[in-house]
Formats: sequence, structure tokens, C-alpha cells
Amino acid sequence: MRVPLSWLSECVDLPAGTTARALADALVRAGLEVETVTDVGHDVSGVVVGEVVEVSDLDEFNRPIRYCTVLVAPGASPRGIVCGARNFGVGDRVPVALPGSVLPGGVEIAARKTYGRISDGMICSARELGVGDDHRGILVLPPASPLGADVTDLLRLRDVVLDIAVPPDRGYCLSVRGVAREAAVALGSAFRDPADVPALEEPAAPDAQPVAIEDSSVADRIVLRTVTGVDPTRSSPLEMQRRLYLAGLRSVSLSVDITNYVMHELGQPLHAFDRQRLTGPVVVRHAAAGERLMTLDHVERSLHAEDVLIADDSGPLSLAGTMGGLSSEVDADTVDLVIEAAHFPAAAIARMSQRHGLFSEASARFERGTDPALPPTASARAVRLLVELAGGAYAGSSEAALLVVRPQIGIDAGLPGRVAGVPYDRATVLRRLTDVGCTVSGADELTVVPPSWRPDLTEPYDLVEEVVRLEGYDALPSELPLTPAARGLTVDQLRRRAVSRSLAAAGYVEVVSYPFHGADVLGVLGVPADDERRRLARLANPLSDEAPYLRTTLLPGLLQVLRRNLGRGAADVAIYEVGPVFLDRPGAPAAPRPSVQHRPADEDLAALDAALPDQPAHVAAVLSGGREQRGWWGVGRPASWADAVETARVISRAAGDAALRVEAAELPPWHPGRCAALSVLGRLVGHAGELHPRVTAALDLPPRTAALELDLSALLAAQPDLVEAPQVSPFPPATQDVALVVAAEIPAAAVEAALRQGAGELLESVRLFDVFAGEQIGEGRRSLAYALRFRAPDRTLTAQEATAARDAAVAEAGRRTGAVLRS
Amino acid sequence: MPGPKSPYDPKQVAMLAPEALDEAVAEAVKAFADTADLEALVAVRSAHLGDRSPVLLARRELGGLPPQARADAGRRVNDARAAVQAAYDERLVALTAERDERVLRDERVDVSLPWDRAPQGARHPLTTITERVTDLFLAMGYELAEGPEAEAEWFNFDALNLGPDHPARSMHDTLWLEPAERGRLLRTHTSPVQIRALLARALPLYVICPGRVYRDDPIDATHSPVFAQVEGLAVAEGITMAHLKGTLERFVQGLFGAGLHTRLRPSYFPFTEPSAELDFECFVCRGASTRGGPPCRTCGSKGWIEWGGCGMVNPRVLRGCGVDSQRYTGFAFGMGLERALMLRHGITDMRDITDGDVRFTLPFGMEG
Repeated sequence: MRVPLSWLSECVDLPAGTTARALADALVRAGLEVETVTDVGHDVSGVVVGEVVEVSDLDEFNRPIRYCTVLVAPGASPRGIVCGARNFGVGDRVPVALPGSVLPGGVEIAARKTYGRISDGMICSARELGVGDDHRGILVLPPASPLGADVTDLLRLRDVVLDIAVPPDRGYCLSVRGVAREAAVALGSAFRDPADVPALEEPAAPDAQPVAIEDSSVADRIVLRTVTGVDPTRSSPLEMQRRLYLAGLRSVSLSVDITNYVMHELGQPLHAFDRQRLTGPVVVRHAAAGERLMTLDHVERSLHAEDVLIADDSGPLSLAGTMGGLSSEVDADTVDLVIEAAHFPAAAIARMSQRHGLFSEASARFERGTDPALPPTASARAVRLLVELAGGAYAGSSEAALLVVRPQIGIDAGLPGRVAGVPYDRATVLRRLTDVGCTVSGADELTVVPPSWRPDLTEPYDLVEEVVRLEGYDALPSELPLTPAARGLTVDQLRRRAVSRSLAAAGYVEVVSYPFHGADVLGVLGVPADDERRRLARLANPLSDEAPYLRTTLLPGLLQVLRRNLGRGAADVAIYEVGPVFLDRPGAPAAPRPSVQHRPADEDLAALDAALPDQPAHVAAVLSGGREQRGWWGVGRPASWADAVETARVISRAAGDAALRVEAAELPPWHPGRCAALSVLGRLVGHAGELHPRVTAALDLPPRTAALELDLSALLAAQPDLVEAPQVSPFPPATQDVALVVAAEIPAAAVEAALRQGAGELLESVRLFDVFAGEQIGEGRRSLAYALRFRAPDRTLTAQEATAARDAAVAEAGRRTGAVLRS
Repeated sequence: MPGPKSPYDPKQVAMLAPEALDEAVAEAVKAFADTADLEALVAVRSAHLGDRSPVLLARRELGGLPPQARADAGRRVNDARAAVQAAYDERLVALTAERDERVLRDERVDVSLPWDRAPQGARHPLTTITERVTDLFLAMGYELAEGPEAEAEWFNFDALNLGPDHPARSMHDTLWLEPAERGRLLRTHTSPVQIRALLARALPLYVICPGRVYRDDPIDATHSPVFAQVEGLAVAEGITMAHLKGTLERFVQGLFGAGLHTRLRPSYFPFTEPSAELDFECFVCRGASTRGGPPCRTCGSKGWIEWGGCGMVNPRVLRGCGVDSQRYTGFAFGMGLERALMLRHGITDMRDITDGDVRFTLPFGMEG
């Protein structure tokens, strides 16, 4: 909403010396966000009223150019000015920018040679002066404009424009009237309501257009006023054009400008019909099946049964409060007008403009709620202007209105103070409510009737807000509530932080990627059709058609970030991400929309959640290049599948103390021979290993790139809440090493598990310290060397005890895995 | 060797003469002092302190003295031996110290050599600022509440007093899940977590809810369609707007610096009433840029930084969650975390936060 200060000050007495900046600050404190304060015309100087005394055409150029002689002061010698416009003639008064003058934007004018003549100044268009957007011709001034007068003063070029972002609940501020009311309260000055329009003198023989309303779901009030004999050749007064221009509205024709002017001034959208194009009585009704309307933007629209129309016997005339129809449009030949002013339900207009993608100045106001008291006065104001400026005659009015009961709100006078935390006495509450236009009665329990222009005021808290904002948020004290003793983070929240920290400590850099990907990514990763990760949710309006799906795995995002880093010259990259994935439930029923008047039933809440995708938190990491750098100490070590598996163990240790089980698995996108399935207490929680060579090739990643992904929610859920403390023995350990020969396909983890099982309670730890394969061992076999460490809780073990435990361990390994002691 | 009963033979006991002993001591002291290292000292030790050394030989002669002369001579011999031993010990200490020093000197290394074998990691600054904010509120007695990013329309809009025709809905540029009529979307703010908290937790309720949110916005230096917000909610008996103001002041000062002023400007949000925008005094120029000081890039020389929205929880929202709005009041606030991050660390392009370039993130380390 753009408001020229000159217009605003017609409705509010700004205290002397009030700067536009101070006014803007006051409005901001009252809740109107003033986005910009723009000075216009303040840089203009040296433009005067001139009279054209002679015009000659210059024919030697390939465009029409005229050389004009212009008088710029009584008795002065005329000046020669070259001009391309043709919309003026001898005797016209025009704005002349003399050499040395300055136009808006700091454009300096000098005498210069052009088209073979000296042009001693410039004749200006409306746009060049900053008073309109018309640049087709120069601005012809009224004949009475005094010769030589300063145009800056004459046209009131100096102004300040406030651009205000009006919040959705303050529709009344989409008008000079509304902003002026706020300014008056904020500055404590007098407000003159521009809606106080004197009643029209009704003609002796009224000639009105009959009107009706179908029901209250389409409108509760409509006023039609007929004006006849309008002179279509007249143009809008310069001041009206200037104000519309500064307000951001295009000047169209006098009658359309008048409707726009009144809308901007009062906030009531008006529509002008060409009366000759109406057939029979006007009615406000819903659209019927199959009806169509060609709107002013030349779009043929199929109408919806909920669309609200202004119609007559010929059919739809306009989309109510949104856009007029072409068939009844006012044009250059229109002499008889019907001005429509109505009050439509906000929601109906909002839905209609959404449905048709049509957002107009009118719909912006109606969808926020207009003042139902305004249709008669706003239309009367338009009629007065049409009579005064366009030579029309008022011919009569018609009105259809449904009875609407204005709401009453009961409010305890102490409530605003209790909500604010600072006591306001009753008089203050009363004064502030009266300031916003409410009628207030009652003692402690107030009965408040909000003003007609405030449909947003329906509950006590709406009134609380008015009192508190007008008393000023600056005046509120600063206090802290007395919070109860809280429990801090939950175990899972703490463990999630630990996982993130441990990954960073292990040399991974965290990334936060967008959770969207394209259709083919899972195919590139080789994810099979029946895989969980195919439970894709798609966006109806994706940010990009290349990435319409929500991720079901963190790997595509991480691999993309990996590629970006490699592309920017990084060689050794290890990155991780923690975040949700989205596994859709395709068969789930739609989310219900329970009433918001009370707490929803538990079934409804359960159904709401059941409609959503599963969203477990995942943690994933990818690494490529060197895991250890080469340096003066020796060679480096490339990242491998083993780093990925170990990183899974790092995560698992940070998440709790339940052991992570690692087994061979085959799952895309991992290398089928280098993929580990990870589980905790029998529950599969993720995979780790080297990426499949096809995947690295397809994504243009270095070979041997490794990756892991765990379902962090599942991992955390599997952990016992409490760690059980071990018994720490003070007695010395006994260590025994064994080398076992097993078939190459036996996993080391199976041998270790058998050793643990066989060794019994005396075993403190098992550690694999060497793996060896070679001729001495035999084809298809390998030797695994373990350090077994035994300890008793209550005594020093004898060598015999330790050896017996070792032998038992080896025997169990032999029984379960075929392992034999290496001789 | 003469026996104890043997007659006194002055010649045989010449070594006990004071001069002879003094000479032996002097020789020993010199010999020890002349040694260059421990090996040399050990080599000369037996000559002056061994069984055949002059002082020990002199002791053997004591028996040859008449009893009346024995005490004197014995004292001289013991003094001489103690003097030699002391000279030896002193030299031993000195040479040992010299050797130790040499060994340590020889073992010296270049400690400035790099040892960057293992890779460095770092947490994303968005994660650490989220935790920092969370911890500020945990310390004030709040709890951390979370909710899903793919959310039901009902939680994201309806329950927050944003009915189907509410004009503010269109300002949210919502990303919908297919099929759109099933009422599922990517949450446009963290406010639905308020509703989930109100429905699931007992009163009084103090929760802080950081999380990712989504808007159908183009990506540029200051906008991202995916960004992080933090939402706070307090619902209890007697909660006032003054409490809101004090809490936000604490929040701002905890994150941006002690003593910073805050300002509330009236605004509109469907889920709060009264509603306000939160500004805080620029932590870089502290307003000096508006009072003739040098221009400030952080606040654009406005002196204030706009940060988020807040207000008293609209009673309609409380009622929809089954809360007695006569008895309980509440406040809520929400702000962007990327903006806080950009302000705090002088980040000029929001894309740096989401690109995942490790060069951007590494300097933030573990705690940003």
C-alpha cells in the first residue's frame, strides 16, 4: 500500500514539524510495517510554465520532429525548443525545463544542439516530471496555469510516499483512510474521515438499475448508482493522476481513475459498468454449471459453481470483487455508468481469486475483509466526482442488503493488562478501544462493538492486541517466567549429539544437503524395485522438475556433495550427514482435517500421523581418497571399505553400548563382496562398505569410494537405556596367543565368536592381530592369529588355568568353524 | 706384614706420614679432576680408592704403630680416604650430569614437523548453533521438542488458526506432497511442533523446537527453500508478554552478546495475539552507525537487526489443543537460524551453508 503524504495529510492533522520519517516510525510502532519512505520531486528545480507561440515541423529527419518557440515569462524573449511530441499546439501551456534545471532522478537539462537546431531547454512529459506514467506526449497544463510559474509548486511535485506492508488482519489499512486513522492515533492528532461524504441529492425521477442478492454466501450488500451523460473526452485532473501514479495505479480514463481513486482513498473497491451494455436487473449469484466469462484481461474463463458473479439477464458480467468482464467494460464511448459497490464474504473472494489465479487490487481488499458500511458512501463519493469532473448527472440508486448483526465482544477490562504483564487501568483500556473505533459500554466487564471496518476483531484477545500495541510494546517490562525444574535432554537426544561429535572427531566433516533427488538416482545406485528405498514420496510442486522426490536414503545427497568437493579440487574427502529420510506409505488414507474448536479425538491424531511418511533419522557418511596422508613418516593409506565399517562401529559406540554385529551382505549400492550388514541385538540397522564399481563409474566418483548408512532411530531404539558396569578385577592377566587355520570363506567374526564362547568366563578380551594366507597354510585357507587375555575376578590365574581356557576356546573354534591350531 | 705384637718399625709405616697422605690425596683429586667422562673416571677409581690405592695401603699399616700413635694416624688415614671419596663423588655427579645433558641434547627432534596423518573433521555450524540455542533454553528450564518435516496440513496450518481460506496461507509458498488433496506438505515453519507439544505434553510447558523448514523460494545469496528455524513455546498460568520480552532479551544476549537491547514491533501472525516482530540492537555497531559513526555492514547502518516473529499464543490455538485458555496463557517465538549464523560469522552467501564444501565447514571445528 503506497500512500503519498499529501493525500494522507488531507485526513489527518500532522503536528507541525512531523517528518515523514517520524510518521513512519510512529506507524511502525503501531504495527504497520513501513517498508520504504521515498522522497519524490525534491530534486526537481527550474521547470516553469511556458506558452507555445510557434510550431514548425522539421521534415529532414526520418522521425517527426518539431521546433517550437516557447514563451517562459511575460515579456521575455521566446526560446527555441526541439520536441518530438505532437499532442500540443500553439497557445498551449506546457512545462518547460530551462537550461540548468533538474528533473526527477537528478537529470540535468542544458541547452544543446539537436536535429540541427539549438534546443534551449526541454518540454516535459508527465513521466519526465514524475507525475504520471504517460510518455506518449508532453503534459499539457490547464490554460489558466500562470506563465512562468514554478511547475514544482503548481503541480505539487514535492511529496513523500510511504510504502506499507499491510498485515492480513488489517485490511482497512489498504486505504488512505485506514492509514490516516492509525497515524492520527499514533501521533495523537485529529482524524478527518474521508468517508464522511454528504448524502447525494436524490433525483426527482430516479432511474436506477434494479439489483438483488441470491443469498448471504455471495454478498450481504450491494449498491448500484447510475450516472448519465458523462463526457468521455475529459481526462483526469493532474492532481488525481499524480496521486494515482504515486500510489502505483495506472491512469486509464477519467471514470476508471475515479473508481480507483475512491478505492485507494476509502478501501472500498468499486466497479463501473457501461449502462448501455446491461440487460435487465443485476444480480449477485453463484455461477451455474458451464457458464463462461471473458474477463478484462481477455482470458475466457470457465466458471466454478462456487464463483461469485455479478450477472444480468445476458449472463455473467464480472467475477465479483475480482475482475470485470469484457462485455460490460467502460470504454471511450461510454456516457452512462453504473457504479457498483458491494460487500462480499472474504473467504469466497479469496477462494475465487486463488482458483482463477487472479489477484487484483479489488480482490486483495475483499479477501482481507472490507467495511460493510462503505458501499453507499464510497459509491456516493464516486458519483460526486463523476458529476464534478466528468460532467455527469446522478440518475438514481438501488441497493440490496441482508441483515447482518454486528458482533459484540465481552471482555474483562483487566484482561489486556494481565496478558501484557503491566496493569492498564479501565480508562486506558476504554480510550484505546475507542481510538480504534469501538463502541464500549459496561464497567469491569466491558461490552465492545468493534467498528464496521474491523472484521478481524471478534474475540477478547483481538481487543487485547489493540490496547497493548497502542499503549506501546516499548513500555512493556522485561521479566522471566518462573520455569519448573526441567529434565534436560533425553537419552536419545544426548546420544544423537554424541554420534555427531564422534564422527567429527573421527575426521568426518558434516554437511547439510537438500533432501530432494531425481527419478533416476536410485536406478544409478542399483536399488531394486522392491527395496524399502523405493517408498518414494513425490512433491506435487517440486522446486525443480529434476528433483521431485524426497530422499529415502542420505547417500544421493552425500554423494552429490562429495562430487562437488572433488570437482572443486579436494582429493581426500570424508563427509557425513544426520537427518530424516522419508518413506512413503502409499496405501495410507488421506490426513483428516479435524475441527480446531476443541482437542481432536485420539483416533484423528493417530490418523494424521498415519497419513505421513515414516521419517526415521538416518546417519550416513562417504569417504574417498586418502584416509591417512603420506608424509615424512612414510606412505599414506587410502580410504577403504574397512574405514566405512569401522565408522559404523564409531557411531554404534556413541549411540550406546550394545555391540554392533557385522556380517557379509549384498545390497546396492555397495560392492557385493565388500558390503557389511550391521545389526544391533538382532535388529538390522544399516550397511557399510565399498561402493559398487558400476556406481562409482556412473557417478564419476573415484574407485573404492566407501559409504555407510545407518537408521539412527532404529540404532538408538535398540540400545538399553543404562550401561551395565563391568566388574574390574585387580588381579594380573594371563595372555595366550593362538594362530588358527580356517577355510578362507569363514568370517573372522565367526571364529572370534566361537573363541569367546569356548573360552568361558575367564576370557577378558580377544583381539585378532594377524591374518596370513600363503603356501605354508594351503590353498583356500588362511591363518588368523588371536591374542587371548584371561583374568579372574578373585585370584591370580595359574598357567594351567589359562592354558585350559585357551584350549577350550580353540576346541570350540574347531568345532564351529573347523579351525585348527597352526603348527 | 708385621703382626700386632711386632715391634714398631718407622720405616715400614712411612706411608702413614702426614705428607705422604696429603700427597696421595692431592694425586687422587687431580686424577679425578682430569677425567673427561664417566668411563675415564671409573678407570682411575681403583688407583685411588681400590685395595691397592695408597690410602688403603696406609690403613693396613696402622697395625704396625704403637697403640699411642695409632689413634692419630687412624684419624689421618680416615680423613684422607674421605677426602678422596668426596673428590670422586663430586666428579661422578658432575660427569653424570654432563652425560645426561648430552644424551637429551642428542635426542632432540624438530617439533615443528607436521603430523597430519589423520584427517580433520568438523560439525556443521548450523548444527552447533542449533545446539547452542537449545542449550540456552535448556538452562532456562525448557525441553527440546521435535516433530516431522513432512507434516500434515492440519498441524502446519489449521491448528495454528490458519484456516483453509486464510490470506496468510498464500504467503507460505508451501511445497505439497503428492497427491496434494491428501493434505501433506513439507512444514513451512516449526510452529506445528508447538501443536504436537501441546497435544502430547503436560502443562506447564516450556519447549524449544529447532528444525528444518521448507518454502517454495528460489535459491540466492539470502534465500534458501530449505532453512532452519527455532521455535519456542511457553504455556503456563500467568504467562505474560513481559515474560516473552524478557525471555527474548536473554536469548539475544546469550547468542549475540551481553547488554544488547531488544525491541518488539506490532505485527500479525494468525497463531499469536498480540503478535510482534523482534528486532535487536546491532551487536557490531551497537547503533553507532545511526549516530554518525562509520557505516555498518551487519545491520546496513539501521542500528537494529530484524530477527523473528513472536507473540502471545492465540487462545484459539490453545483451545484447539484442548487447553483451558481462560486458565492458561502462553507465548511463542520463531526465528531463522541461518540468519543468526550469517550475522554471527559474517557469512555473505547462504549457499555456502548448504553447498557442503568442506573448506567452509572445517574452520568451525567441533563447537563452531
